[in-house]
Amino acid sequence: MSGIFSSSLGKKLIMSITGLFLMLFLVVHLTTNLLLLVGDGSLYNRAAHALATIPLLRIVEFLLAFGFFFHIVYATIITLKNQRTRPIGYNKTASNRVTTWPSKNMYILGFAILAFLVLHLINFFLKLRFGEAPYVEGTEMHNTYLLVSSFFAKYWWYNLIYVISAVLLGLHLSHGFWSAFHTIGLNNNKWLNRLESFAYVYAVIVAVGFTIIPIYFWFAR
Amino acid sequence: MKLKLKIWRQKDAKSKGKFETYYLDSVSPEMSFLEMLDYLNSQLILKGEDPIAFEHDCREGICGSCGLYINGRPHGLKGKTTTCELHLRDFKDGCTIVVEPWRAASFPVIKDLMVDRHAFEKIMQAGGFISTNAGAAQDANAIPVAKPNADEAFDAASCIGCGACVAACKNSSAMLFIAAKVSQLALLPQGRIEAKERVKRMVAKMDELGFGGCTNTRACEAECPKGISISHIARLNREYYAAKFSD
Amino acid sequence: MNKLNAKIPDGPLAEKWTRHKASLKLVNPANRKKLDIIVVGTGLAGSGAASTLGELGYNVKVFCYQDTPRRAHSVAAQGGINAAKNYKNDGDSVFRLFYDMMKGGDYRAREANVYRAAEVSNLVIDHYTAIGVPFARDYGGLIDNRSFGGVQVSRTFYAKGQTGQQCLLGGYSALTRQIQAGTVTMYSRRELLDIVVVEGRARGIIARNLITGEIERHAAHAVVLATGGYGTIYYLSTLAVNSNGSAAWKAYKKGALFANPSFIQIHPTSIPVLNEFQSKLTLMSESLRNDGRVWVPKEKGDKRNPNDIPEEDRDYYLERRYPAFGNLVPRDVASRAAKERCDAGYGVGDTGLSVYLDFRDAIQKQGAKAIENKYGNLFEMYEKITGESPYNTPMRIYPAGHYTMGGLWVDYNLMTTIPGLFAIGESNFSDHGANRLGASSLMQCAGDGYFIIPYTIADYLSNQIKVARFDTKRPEFEEAANNVKGRIDKLLAVNGKETVTSFHKRLGKIMWDYCGMYRNEEGLKKALTLIKELEEEFWKNVKVPGSIEGVNQELEKACRVADYFEMAKLLCTDALNRKESCGAHFREESQTDTGEAKRIDSEFAYVAAWEYNGPDKEPTLHKEPLTFEYVKLQERSYT
Repeated sequence: MSGIFSSSLGKKLIMSITGLFLMLFLVVHLTTNLLLLVGDGSLYNRAAHALATIPLLRIVEFLLAFGFFFHIVYATIITLKNQRTRPIGYNKTASNRVTTWPSKNMYILGFAILAFLVLHLINFFLKLRFGEAPYVEGTEMHNTYLLVSSFFAKYWWYNLIYVISAVLLGLHLSHGFWSAFHTIGLNNNKWLNRLESFAYVYAVIVAVGFTIIPIYFWFAR
Repeated sequence: MKLKLKIWRQKDAKSKGKFETYYLDSVSPEMSFLEMLDYLNSQLILKGEDPIAFEHDCREGICGSCGLYINGRPHGLKGKTTTCELHLRDFKDGCTIVVEPWRAASFPVIKDLMVDRHAFEKIMQAGGFISTNAGAAQDANAIPVAKPNADEAFDAASCIGCGACVAACKNSSAMLFIAAKVSQLALLPQGRIEAKERVKRMVAKMDELGFGGCTNTRACEAECPKGISISHIARLNREYYAAKFSD
Repeated sequence: MNKLNAKIPDGPLAEKWTRHKASLKLVNPANRKKLDIIVVGTGLAGSGAASTLGELGYNVKVFCYQDTPRRAHSVAAQGGINAAKNYKNDGDSVFRLFYDMMKGGDYRAREANVYRAAEVSNLVIDHYTAIGVPFARDYGGLIDNRSFGGVQVSRTFYAKGQTGQQCLLGGYSALTRQIQAGTVTMYSRRELLDIVVVEGRARGIIARNLITGEIERHAAHAVVLATGGYGTIYYLSTLAVNSNGSAAWKAYKKGALFANPSFIQIHPTSIPVLNEFQSKLTLMSESLRNDGRVWVPKEKGDKRNPNDIPEEDRDYYLERRYPAFGNLVPRDVASRAAKERCDAGYGVGDTGLSVYLDFRDAIQKQGAKAIENKYGNLFEMYEKITGESPYNTPMRIYPAGHYTMGGLWVDYNLMTTIPGLFAIGESNFSDHGANRLGASSLMQCAGDGYFIIPYTIADYLSNQIKVARFDTKRPEFEEAANNVKGRIDKLLAVNGKETVTSFHKRLGKIMWDYCGMYRNEEGLKKALTLIKELEEEFWKNVKVPGSIEGVNQELEKACRVADYFEMAKLLCTDALNRKESCGAHFREESQTDTGEAKRIDSEFAYVAAWEYNGPDKEPTLHKEPLTFEYVKLQERSYT
């Protein structure tokens, strides 16, 4: 194990493992959020309440924060190192028709997603945890549904930011998904194309899933 | 056909280089790209100018000497081709061709379009071999190798060491080069004995020499004249982590 | 005659090498690191010798002109490497491989050397497999073999169409291991420009650093040349553009004898010349003739699209002339037949200098898929170069200079006539007679490097242990370095009006026309005059830009071409001397009624070894008689 994380491959392993963890989180997050579209929102409220109160999940929350932290820190370290490897660039570059735009711009996409994340936390998480989010009448449970639905019904530009961010996230995942498997070595000739296809499916589900919500509440206002 | 050429000229490693523009009025589409450069050089020589230095040798796509960044891609726009296998019929009459050397901190320019790829040697010396002395081997058929493994080892072994993978990678990573060797030797029972040491040493050397890390953009695979798959990089990763975690 | 003591050991053929090894003197492991060996060239022979000598503990210095040893031109060998393993159980043996090589070489090689090459071939395959060369395997996981070059057994080991590359990269990786271990020091981007002889023994080399331009001196107890062939004397050949004969030539000028220089194999299936600026001819593997049919139109100057030419208007001349072997006649026969048709005006293509190699019938019979499995990579390569697909249009092929059987004369220990100077691989003359059999060059090169030179060089070095390392300031080094610089200054000073390449092309044309596939007295004499004239013109009108310092690729070429002018004369002289036809050497004066090569064993069953006498003097011919105890001399007949 000695010095594994100082090597370029070790650093990538951190990116890959944290990335896989974050992608798992996205599945949970999206599944819960889609409950917003089901019924009168009480189901969603209960789910949100459960996620916020079960003690074990609080630990997971810390893990999640760590995951984000390491994913971001190591992305920065790797990107800074990689940028030093070509002091004189090319005068002209052309597409090879294989390399995708997201794969070359993961850091930029990640940065945009980070900016969105901060905004997103301010909009909802901080309000729920520390702020004055509404409660479901007569209970100790937040009316998260009300918070979300009123938020998206109110500001069209927020909706736009959320939709764009979902698309950027999708692009990030379209590369990140298969890349994470590839980096930990779970890939071969046969699985290369399969994993890439899965990556697109996953990316589209996440992007579309998170896009539907603001749009739904805007038109339902 | 007519061509406008923008070619990187640099007197030596220490000098600052710049692009020079040359015009060729009557070249044949049957000429290879390097023959076109030969022709341009002969004109420069007779005019008393310094001919353009570029590397080439076998001119049949196997030695790996030639490597030019042509119109924005290593070995030109054709794909799965070495520079020496390009022909002018692959270009449009009257077009502008930009020719640059491989660009990477680990591949410094020596002169004009020649770069120093000695870093590859260092990586190979770090462990790209099987430690068997001549005369010590058993019969070649004593150890069978499953055909799919032998075939995949061959695919990896077809690397010509041209450096297009490094030139193409936005991180100037040498991962495909190393993966090809690690993968070839890891797939063969003869190479398994020292597989762990090999992968650790080669990766450590790559990092030490200033190559970047792999971000799985697949640019190396797209530009590799021998079409070596990045699945070998996945195997390299597996081998590396397994070796490191068993330390 | 003591100049030509071949030192063939006594005893029965099959025991010669074993007995000889037992009698060779050894060097104690503790003493080996005190002994320096220079190896020049890093192909199969050079990388093999260097890594093996390093493994044994000698202090080895290796030189190559490329940026890395992995690019030596062995890398381009396609077809395979022979060995007498008899894995196919089809009756092969060391003796049969030996016999095929003797016959293939048209009985102009030494029995003892050829037998040994066949004998060590098996060790070569074992070693390559052990160091990770991925030879083709069958579904049981064992190594596959194929038949190659018209022999009756399947003894060729292969790795698709890239056998040379795979063997070389295996050898290269073993070499890098020794570089890492510190037993071998690598000097890449160095070109040998002279050999230093001290008190009658080879003691070092003068090399130009191709990056800095510095003229370097390197001393050693022994020098091994593994510098390949000189086929680029034709300018266009299947060799790498920078392959050259200068190292062997410098050795010749320092007193090593040059044997059978005119024996050059012309390969029948190369992609033809497509334009006047062409710099190189690309080989298409001989294996293509297994399924392709060679033809030209029956009508002179028939310009129709080949697919529009009906069967009755096609002349399948190989099948017509050689019904028994058809398209599979040996290389020399196929080459001459193609040239004969083209010279008679039946050639195809814009230049009229090519013939068709047609896969139409094979594709119809076996299906395109089967043909693709066999030749896919070759078809792809052909299409890349010509822009035409052999699946739809017949390939066009023409013979091209390929392999030089001739080379430095060596004794059984692979030592030249300069003590301490060894020549291995293609740079020596020893194993292929007048014509090389397919897939036996890799075999010989690797055998020389891994399993012969390590034994024989020890015998030489065993009494050199007390010889201290040489100071490169000695007058012999001084003189050699000054000569090298003088010659370079002279080349740079001409400052004429014609490029080196242009001269090289003109020399190549003379050689191809008069000392190529067909040779005759009148032509060879004419060539000698033309070469002399062109050489004079070269030294008056060549333009070499730049200076001795730094990268100067034109200067590199100029040094090589200047040597080729001198070598060309020796080639013609040798061809003129050998009035018989044998193997690749075809003298029009000596042919059978049907136009085939006619040997004259009574007069020419010898190795012609030439001694240098000075710049304007005729070389002296030394004859090493060839005796045959185990093979019966026969006329090669393929009709």
